[in-house]
Amino acid sequence: MEPNLVTSIGPIRLDRPVMLASGILGISLDVFNRLYRSGAGAVVTKSLSTEPWEGYPNPTIFSVKGGGWINAVGLSNPGAENFAKMIEPNKDVPIIVSLVGSIPEDFENMIKQFEKCKVTAYELNLSCPHVAKVGLEVGDDPELVKKIVTTVKNSTNVPVIAKVGLGTTHYLNTVGTAIESGIDAITAINTVRAMAIDVETQRPILSNKFGGLSGTPIKPIALRCVYEISSKYDIPIIGCGGISTWEDAIEFFLAGASAIQLGSAIGDNWIDVFDEINTGILQYMKKKNYSKIEDMVGLAKKS
Amino acid sequence: MQRNHNHTTIVTVEKVIDETPTVRTLIFSDEVMSNVLPGQFAMVWIPGINELPMSVMISNESGKAAFTVRKHGAASTGLFNVQVGQQIGIRGPYGNSFDLKEGKLLLVGGGTGLVPMMRLLIHVKPTDDVTVLIGAKSKDEVFFEDLANRLLENNVHKVIVSTDDGSYGEKGFVTDLVEKHLSQAKYDAVYVCGPEIMMYKTVQSAHSRGIFVQASLERMMKCGVGICGSCCIGEDLVCKDGTVFDGEHLSKNKEFGNFHRNKAGILENY
Ligand SMILES: Cc1cc2nc3c(=O)[nH]c(=O)nc-3n(C[C@H](O)[C@H](O)[C@H](O)COP(=O)(O)OP(=O)(O)OC[C@H]3O[C@@H](n4cnc5c(N)ncnc54)[C@H](O)[C@@H]3O)c2cc1C
Ligand SMILES: Cc1cc2nc3c(=O)[nH]c(=O)nc-3n(C[C@H](O)[C@H](O)[C@H](O)COP(=O)(O)O)c2cc1C
Ligand code: FES
Repeated sequence: MEPNLVTSIGPIRLDRPVMLASGILGISLDVFNRLYRSGAGAVVTKSLSTEPWEGYPNPTIFSVKGGGWINAVGLSNPGAENFAKMIEPNKDVPIIVSLVGSIPEDFENMIKQFEKCKVTAYELNLSCPHVAKVGLEVGDDPELVKKIVTTVKNSTNVPVIAKVGLGTTHYLNTVGTAIESGIDAITAINTVRAMAIDVETQRPILSNKFGGLSGTPIKPIALRCVYEISSKYDIPIIGCGGISTWEDAIEFFLAGASAIQLGSAIGDNWIDVFDEINTGILQYMKKKNYSKIEDMVGLAKKS
Repeated sequence: MQRNHNHTTIVTVEKVIDETPTVRTLIFSDEVMSNVLPGQFAMVWIPGINELPMSVMISNESGKAAFTVRKHGAASTGLFNVQVGQQIGIRGPYGNSFDLKEGKLLLVGGGTGLVPMMRLLIHVKPTDDVTVLIGAKSKDEVFFEDLANRLLENNVHKVIVSTDDGSYGEKGFVTDLVEKHLSQAKYDAVYVCGPEIMMYKTVQSAHSRGIFVQASLERMMKCGVGICGSCCIGEDLVCKDGTVFDGEHLSKNKEFGNFHRNKAGILENY
């Protein structure tokens, strides 16, 4: 049987398993359309807040010698209301709306803005490592995670994903709390808190000093997290972190992910990367005689 | 080892030239930047202050390059105030470049938009007939007129300045001059960089006459490498797909000449 790329992440069904990760190229519907045409199965928006945020001053991005990026864009975004208006005309592109906030009401209010939009899922950013009072600071507080997930699940019928990362508490506890509170899927992982110092001028390079490390250096860590989550919990997983080739994608499927997201690879290989990975996955499936993505998910755990 | 263009290289400013009361050129040694194509830009880090996209300016000496900056907000003022001996960081070059056509060329530059035009001038053929139109607000703000004349010494050429208040050169907007020139003679190519309204009008004038025209666009830039999305205009990312776009392409872009995005990514009218 000819293999196909269709995948299901719990209640979410996508024609192709490679998505655009949150925060990358995500402020214009026209660009989303282009990425979808380039082979992305879905696009995740920048993490949106209740009000517009300018983000940190430049430099906001740093290219690490040996590979990877450190960014402290600071969740700059036009705010949920402006963003919802922009994506209202969308019919074709599966859009996953990423939300960031400090209290349950923030999330509830933002979801109201999207009532007229076609939203494939919401992704709660519980793991941004470089903005105070949101992201990781929320993910590190199990009581808050419980309240937010419960509130969000009560305010929408659209599937809800929690995006976790490495914080001060063990991310597996955050995953457990999110599952108990009714989450539909998990994205793992976000960037890892990091920094860079220039030896000539003897200063931290990023204006915010600290940022999040992404790209190839975090791939082994992200892969480990996906494997750990899928070993401990029965929950659909989206793998994210350092994916840039079809082999990387397959590794994440084998570790237990039903879909993947990528961001940094676009900075290295531009948006052709979606098509290249899709083609590579299909060839691998043919070679191994798999008809659907699901056939490979979690296979590395059996031995 | 070949330099990775995404890694910040620290250079020392060797010379500062005052072009006008608000515009300065900072010269530094860097082989890579001295050889960039016309239209390409660098991300310039002013330690402790900010990082800004800047077109790469030419210098008289080989192996050296420059930035020509107008002081505006905190970041550009920080760069404007950099003294001889101080260090700045550069990464790039980024972006595509102008397609070099031959024959009768019209170059239109406004303010620091003249920077990529100067680099284009060092690539013209001796046989090209070149007209350079320089737009400025007033006499005080005119710069690169002598430089353009000097670079075109061996060509059939004209360098014409217009000032909005008529204090120097012709009075009026440089776009009026563009219209006049395009209606009087047949040009093979038009190149433009400057304020977007000026580029928009120039592109319209040329494109409606079927003349090849290219503009080098400016948008809010945070990464310069096609990750952050802040520089998008319609479907295009200025840092990756541009900064140079053809008139044909731009005439279909609904945002060009009408909207830009602020630091939060909200569309604002020009
Ligand atoms: C490809 C490119 C080449 C450029 N070349 C030159 C040049 O050769 N000389 C020159 O003087 N200027 C150049 N600029 C403009 C320059 O980068 C700044 O926009 C300008 O100096 C004002 O910045 P500011 O931070 O001082 O102003 P602010 O007061 O901070 O901001 C005022 C406005 O400046 C613009 N701006 C601020 N930061 C950025 C940014 N990171 N990217 C883009 N726009 C920004 C925005 O429109 C903003 O609303 C170029 C811009 C681009 C995109
Ligand atoms: C410039 C940039 C901005 C990001 N912004 C967000 C964001 O707004 N919300 C979020 O959940 N993750 C954000 N991330 C994290 C990515 O979504 C992703 O989790 C991380 O980069 C790891 O994937 P990668 O290695 O494929 O880039 C951002 C990453 C980068 C590089
Ligand atoms: S400046 Fe970041 S995508 Fe162009």
